[in-house]
Amino acid sequence: MNIWHTMIDNLPWEWSHYAFMRNALAAAILLSPTLSLLGCLVVNARMSFFSEAIGHATLTGVAIGVLLGFEDPTPAMMSFAVILALAITVLRHASESSSDTIIGLTMSFAVAIGVVLLSRGGSFARYSRYLVGDILTVSGADLLRLVLLDVFFAAFWLRFFNDLLLAGVNSSLARSRGVRILPVEFAFSAMVAAAVTASISLVGLLVINSMLIMPAAASRQVARSTNSYLAIAAGVGVGASVAGLIASFYWQTATGATIVIIQMALFAIALMLRRR
Amino acid sequence: MRFGGHLILDNVSIHLHCGELTALIGPNGAGKTTLIRAILGEVPYTGRIEFRAFGDKSSRPARIGYVPQKLSVDPSSPVTVLDLFASGIQKLPLWLGHSRRLRETAGAALNAVDAPDLLKARLAHLSGGELQRVLLAFALTPMPHILLLDEPAAGLDQAGLSRFYETIGNLRRTYHLSILLVSHDVMAVALVADRVIFLNKRILADGPPSTILADEQVTKLLGSATGRLGLPIQEGQRWHGDNSAAHGTENA
Repeated sequence: MNIWHTMIDNLPWEWSHYAFMRNALAAAILLSPTLSLLGCLVVNARMSFFSEAIGHATLTGVAIGVLLGFEDPTPAMMSFAVILALAITVLRHASESSSDTIIGLTMSFAVAIGVVLLSRGGSFARYSRYLVGDILTVSGADLLRLVLLDVFFAAFWLRFFNDLLLAGVNSSLARSRGVRILPVEFAFSAMVAAAVTASISLVGLLVINSMLIMPAAASRQVARSTNSYLAIAAGVGVGASVAGLIASFYWQTATGATIVIIQMALFAIALMLRRR
Repeated sequence: MRFGGHLILDNVSIHLHCGELTALIGPNGAGKTTLIRAILGEVPYTGRIEFRAFGDKSSRPARIGYVPQKLSVDPSSPVTVLDLFASGIQKLPLWLGHSRRLRETAGAALNAVDAPDLLKARLAHLSGGELQRVLLAFALTPMPHILLLDEPAAGLDQAGLSRFYETIGNLRRTYHLSILLVSHDVMAVALVADRVIFLNKRILADGPPSTILADEQVTKLLGSATGRLGLPIQEGQRWHGDNSAAHGTENA
């Protein structure tokens, strides 16, 4: 970490002389490739509404953590999000109603419970960092958590990528080739829930889904194969995060939302490249 | 078999033979797709599905090659034909690259179904006929014991259709494959099938095409093929209202 700080501090710009910016930059570089790559499969599987719901439902997780008296609500938040993600997956398989409806219902209910619990006594403003996020207060413990997330994600990506890609093309076809759909989907939804909760206090639940979806959406406009899809999405994700972080420093704006605006600009460029 | 409290399939007993093309016909909602999903192990059922090699008393799981009706890829999907083969065949995650052996295997499989040069094409950009060929090549790698074709006629024009069935016929002869073809295209069934099973929640009739397609119940529900094809209508149709014999049984 010291090497990192010395290295960035030597850069000639104003932002690089602040320790909080160097930490934030490390967080952005640790987080954005994981979210962008995961987002590629979320978009393939048409599950962007699912990841959105998980992001919003973390509010209830925060409330549960606060009620239980935890200093850091992250473990409670992560457990709640993973359980909810698995529950939605089971419901999608067992029920005949469309998964849209199930996800919508679950999301509204979870958000309502979270807001009710957190707003008791008029103290909701205290939790607004979960709404808009604050990457500038990232701590050493946060960075360690992100490293753990990346290690966990790398193992997941090695084991499940092929199965998930095939299941996204046609789940019966995947089943015919020995992919056990339910366990694979469990692993996938738990992974999405873990990634979303690990990053929610940094980017905020209002924009977390864009961090997942936007790089993939931009990449799809120009990618000609799965591997270029992944590479371009990761590039867009990292580029937009770093650029957004630095821009938010000079513009004095919320970092998460600034990153999303830059992602949107990159998406627009990708769209124009495709039309040609 | 039940789904959401409804009885979908009841007392279905089908014995598929090697080298035989069996067509499964029936009206919409007859349970054709459900039967396929049961064979693939996607939906729970009571009863058994068994596979026995010739001269082998013990039953073992059959390798099934499945050709789905359609894929769930949107037009912007970047998944190529090679990616599809890699995701199903390669042990290594495909983001680490496609092995040379995979390229050769996939290339040979595509050649065998008369669809070369499609390795780098994106699935979402293939025509109906090309997609059917690619999916067929994928289903045949590695060579399965049973080939399941789910409505292969959907999305094909007349020329594509006869070309597809010609390929299927060649494969059956060359590899002695057991093929189950689900269709409501009575015409095509009459031309290619050795045997036709008429399903509507249960097996209503089972026999050679000429017999089944002349059956009154069948013509009433699916339209007549026999008249158009000039097939002889045979007397003494076989009825299987409550079929009991044979091996793979499935009960509600």
